[in-house]
Order: sequence, then C-alpha cells, then structure tokens
Amino acid sequence: MSAFQIPVATTRSVTGIPTGRLAIWWVLASEIVIFGGLVTCYILFRLRHPEWAAEAAHTKLAAGAFNTFVLLTSSLSVVLAHLAATKKDTVNAKRYLTYTILGGLVFLCVKAYEYTSEISHGFTITRSVFWSFYYTATALHALHVVGGMTIMAIILPDVAKGKFLPRVEYIGIYWHFVDLVWLFLFPLFYIASAA
Amino acid sequence: MSDSVHTEAHDHSHPPSFYYKVYGVLLCLLVVSIVGPMMGGLTVLLVTAFGVAVVKALMVAAYFMHLNIERKYIWWVLVMAVCFLLVLFYGVAPDVMKSHGVNWKSLSTPPPAAAEPAHH
Repeated sequence: MSAFQIPVATTRSVTGIPTGRLAIWWVLASEIVIFGGLVTCYILFRLRHPEWAAEAAHTKLAAGAFNTFVLLTSSLSVVLAHLAATKKDTVNAKRYLTYTILGGLVFLCVKAYEYTSEISHGFTITRSVFWSFYYTATALHALHVVGGMTIMAIILPDVAKGKFLPRVEYIGIYWHFVDLVWLFLFPLFYIASAA
Repeated sequence: MSDSVHTEAHDHSHPPSFYYKVYGVLLCLLVVSIVGPMMGGLTVLLVTAFGVAVVKALMVAAYFMHLNIERKYIWWVLVMAVCFLLVLFYGVAPDVMKSHGVNWKSLSTPPPAAAEPAHH
C-alpha cells in the first residue's frame, strides 16, 4: 500500500489523541457554537415572547418523542458498532452501522411527515418568528443527520473489509452529538408550549 | 508520532450490557420528560423537560461519547465553545430582554396603554 492510501489522520498524533479523533472534537466544538448560537437566540426571544407558547402547541409532540426514541436507539447501535470495531469484529460493526443508518432514515421520514403536515396547515417558515426558528433549527439538524448517514454509508465498505476501523469511533462521536443536539431541540420546540 | 495510534481506541472495559443499561435509563428519562410537563406548573416543566434534557445529554456525552475517559484537553476545547455561548447570551440578553435602559429605549417595545380618563 502506498503512503497516499494511508490517511494521515489515523497515523499521527501530537496531543496524545489520534488526530482523526481530535479533529472530530474540534468540529463538534464549532458545532456547539453553531447550534448553541441558534438555540441561545431562540431562548432569548422565547423568554421575551410568552405568546409563542400558543405557536409551539401546534408542533407534534408524539412525532418529536418518537424521533427522540429513534435517535437514542441509533446512538446505542453506533456505540455497539464502535465496540465491535474495537474488537475487530467487522461483521457486527457493519451490522450496527447499518442499523444506525436505518435509524437516521426513520428519523428523516418522521421529520418529512411533520413538515408536510405543518406546512399543509399553514405553519410555514414565514408564518412567524417561532416557525422561522423551528424550521431553521430542525432543518439544520436534519442536514447533520443526512451528513452522518452519508459518511457512515461511505465508510461501510471499508469497515466490512476491516480497514480504517478507527473511523467507526469518529463517526460515532459525531452521531452522538447529533443525538445530543436533538435532546435539547425536543423540549425547546415540542414540550415548552406549556411555559 | 507513533503509528500505534492508528489502532488506538479508548479502553472499553464495558460490556455491551452496560450500554443497554445506559440506553434503558435514557428511555426512562425520555418518558419523564414527556409525562412530567403534563402535570402542569412552570417549575415542574423546567425540571422535567430541561433538567432531564441536561441529564440525558450528560449521559450520552459521558458514556456513549466516552468523555468520561477522554483526555482533559478535549474537555477544555468543549468548555471554551460553551463559554463563547455564555458571552453571546449575556452580551445580547440586555438588548432583547429589557425595554429600556440608561439613555436608550427599545423602539420595538409597544407604547404603554393610555390611562383611562377619570370619571366625574
């Protein structure tokens, strides 16, 4: 194998942390600022406008709760994929990664159902500032779900061959973060209608 | 540096059953975060919805992302990002939350309702 085929990120470490994993954490630090900035602005406006509770009452709690369940389950499957990759069990690593991709797919289907239902009832992105926040935050999150699924689909063939297994851990860390973001979006947009 | 990091992974002493237990606790907390706010009351909502969300997030970060065994360097990277958010929140909050201050008044704040004329 030539040197060009070995990813530098998996063969070099300055901090004692594999560079690939370090890079993922830096990406997540920037993601904290992106999502956190959006959520922070939403919280500020929400505290200023109690009347948004009436708007928030129109989001679908059951769909949001089900999607939280789906993402938590996919987090479990990706951590099991990581565990299998650590043991060089490529069969289970591939299997659990596939489950995670399917989990992401289910999440997106439910989100598409929600969007369709809300838009058909007139709750579009231009209806009010609440709905602007809702669509911006949830669509940005859904975009991250698509990104995670795409990366998992790309690394899946290599994982099946037992190549570049640390990548399973890296995408796993990213996927957990996507789950973690949803854990905050869910109460903010689906539950806080009572506040 | 060493090529050994190519195969380095966190030391996972936890069996799969550990992750299933964490998952079970997370699902229980999810039920609490849904049912709790239905009981009514702002305090109950804040604790069961947002307090539980923080607990769930910490559990995912600690046990699934393995932050509990990650090097402190990573913690500082993440804490720094959160500090930026606090700066944003407390820097912007006065402008958003207050309708007036010393030498300034929010133009977006609706004028106070006119006082009822006194009856004679």
